[in-house]
Amino acid sequence: MMRLYVEGIGLLGPGLDGWSASRAVLAGEAAYVAAPTNLRASDMLPAAERRRAGVPIKLALTVGQEAFLQAGRETKSASTVFTSSGGDNDNVHAINGILATAPREVSPTRFHNSVHNAAAGYWCIAAGSHEPSTSLCAYDASFVAGLLESATQVVVDDAVVALVAYDHSYPEPLHSVRPITTSFGAALILTKQQSAKSLAAIEVEFRSGKAPETTMKDEALEDLRKGVPAARVLPLLAALAAAKTTQISIDYLEGNHLDIRVTPC
Amino acid sequence: MEALQARRSGLVPCAFEDVDLETYIAKVGMLDSFRVRADLSAFDCRNNRLAQLCLEQDGFVEATEAARKKYGAARIGVFMGTSTSGILQTELAYRHLDPQTGALPPDFHYAETQNSYSLAGFVSHYLGLTGPSFVVSSACSSSAKVFANALRMMEAGVCDAAVIGGVDSLCLSTLYGFNSLGLVSRFPCRPYDAERDGISVGEGGGFVLIERATEAKAADPMFLLGVGESSDAYHMSTPHPEGLGAILAMQRALDAAGLQADDIDYINLHGTATKSNDASEGKAVAEVFGDKVPCSSTKGWTGHLLGAAGITEAIIAMLAVEHGFIPGSVNTQQLDSAIAIDYRIENGAGKIRRVLSNSFGFGGSNCSLVLGRKA
Repeated sequence: MMRLYVEGIGLLGPGLDGWSASRAVLAGEAAYVAAPTNLRASDMLPAAERRRAGVPIKLALTVGQEAFLQAGRETKSASTVFTSSGGDNDNVHAINGILATAPREVSPTRFHNSVHNAAAGYWCIAAGSHEPSTSLCAYDASFVAGLLESATQVVVDDAVVALVAYDHSYPEPLHSVRPITTSFGAALILTKQQSAKSLAAIEVEFRSGKAPETTMKDEALEDLRKGVPAARVLPLLAALAAAKTTQISIDYLEGNHLDIRVTPC
Repeated sequence: MEALQARRSGLVPCAFEDVDLETYIAKVGMLDSFRVRADLSAFDCRNNRLAQLCLEQDGFVEATEAARKKYGAARIGVFMGTSTSGILQTELAYRHLDPQTGALPPDFHYAETQNSYSLAGFVSHYLGLTGPSFVVSSACSSSAKVFANALRMMEAGVCDAAVIGGVDSLCLSTLYGFNSLGLVSRFPCRPYDAERDGISVGEGGGFVLIERATEAKAADPMFLLGVGESSDAYHMSTPHPEGLGAILAMQRALDAAGLQADDIDYINLHGTATKSNDASEGKAVAEVFGDKVPCSSTKGWTGHLLGAAGITEAIIAMLAVEHGFIPGSVNTQQLDSAIAIDYRIENGAGKIRRVLSNSFGFGGSNCSLVLGRKA
């Protein structure tokens, strides 16, 4: 079991425009009202990079920035773990289209934005961070893979870690074979020591074998959780919003799961 | 090892699919007709074929099987690096969209081929492992960084051992993508040469089974002594001109290993043979190590294996330790006089106890490994 503290939270999804604005909804104290994800390019980026930013970069920087603001930490001060099932899905679709027809002119920007760690690269430039950064994928379990990796960095390396999860829809024809319903991102600032800013302690344990997965009570939020890999974070965010001791379970791959216990500070 | 000693490069003029670029590539010829194990046929794509071919080398399956008996399948993690996974499958599928509906061909398996996780899923299933698994995809540092993941997971008690590695296979995205950046050479790549003009793209892979140092049984075992990771925070596709991120990664790896610069006997450089990488990395190595440590890039043999560069070069670095062998640099003719390091063109021999291997990627993602013997 690994114990860590949540010091800041960032959130951007449909009808979930920031952690502060969404906390009551996630705690079940206010009704969820669906609305398109309010995507915007972060003012952290220089103008040239802002123009080149696709959906994942918008999601990742917006939620990362919100989480750091809440934690009251400088963006350059933390290690980062980015996790996503897909990366820039619009760009991958465009490149495949370009390569299927002559002339095969893939622009330099398209190419460097196609790497899975593009959001991490833009973040480090915007944040001025020379700290370690990794970019993960574990298909539907990408969020919990990121949480597991972040937890080991916090516990073993005593690092302050910003975990950023994001996913968005593919255009057709890929949407039909990998239906991701909308754009969603979330970020957590995780630390080993409790601080005045700590919101909750979380205890994370990787367990082999299946367990009943924690779901969302609200039907629309449950659809969101199932519809976007990164939104598998929602039960954890709901537990953090409820501010009471809560035990949850999130599925991993290969028939495993993560048990997470949330205790408010 | 024999190819290294005989200076036999894998680079050949590009003949891959219908790619119309004048360049050299390292291609594993038998992949076109190879198929993955029948029960895993949904995973069949060039990248997983190459993964299986690599797994079948050097008694690796047997070694993993022994570890599985010792620890249990759920206690062995699988952490893989890849840059493009099975994207070739999608590139080819986009040529065969349904003319009426625009749909992908019915035999296209997204999760098992295109998705980045595909490689870790395939390796887990192939080896019958059920521990924690994910893919690191941080471009050309991917399969170096998995050493750090395994180290932390074992230290945290999440697993007792791990299969780590990486595979990247030829695809049109990388060939045309690097070409658009003007980074592809028309000649076999010439790392650290004054006239170097770009990379040669290759395909390859490798795997390492890693367990806690306390489990070491061999007389003089091979250790992962330290890992250093850093970010350039400079540019998406150009390294920091002064090698700032590279210096940090190498220094952090030495610190993690508790070693000084002069404890290192050989450095396997990232050495892509682009103007900017070799100039920036050369400055960084000179800053940390001066000109006293033998260095080389082995990409003249392998081409740039991208997401698989980290693991294959870590393996070459460990071969250098095992055989007391200092790889030189094939294709390199005239060294760049502006780079003040002990760069070796000819192969050599000597007592090699500890090696450092560099892997740097797009997005400014850097990783250095220190491997070798304990003092």
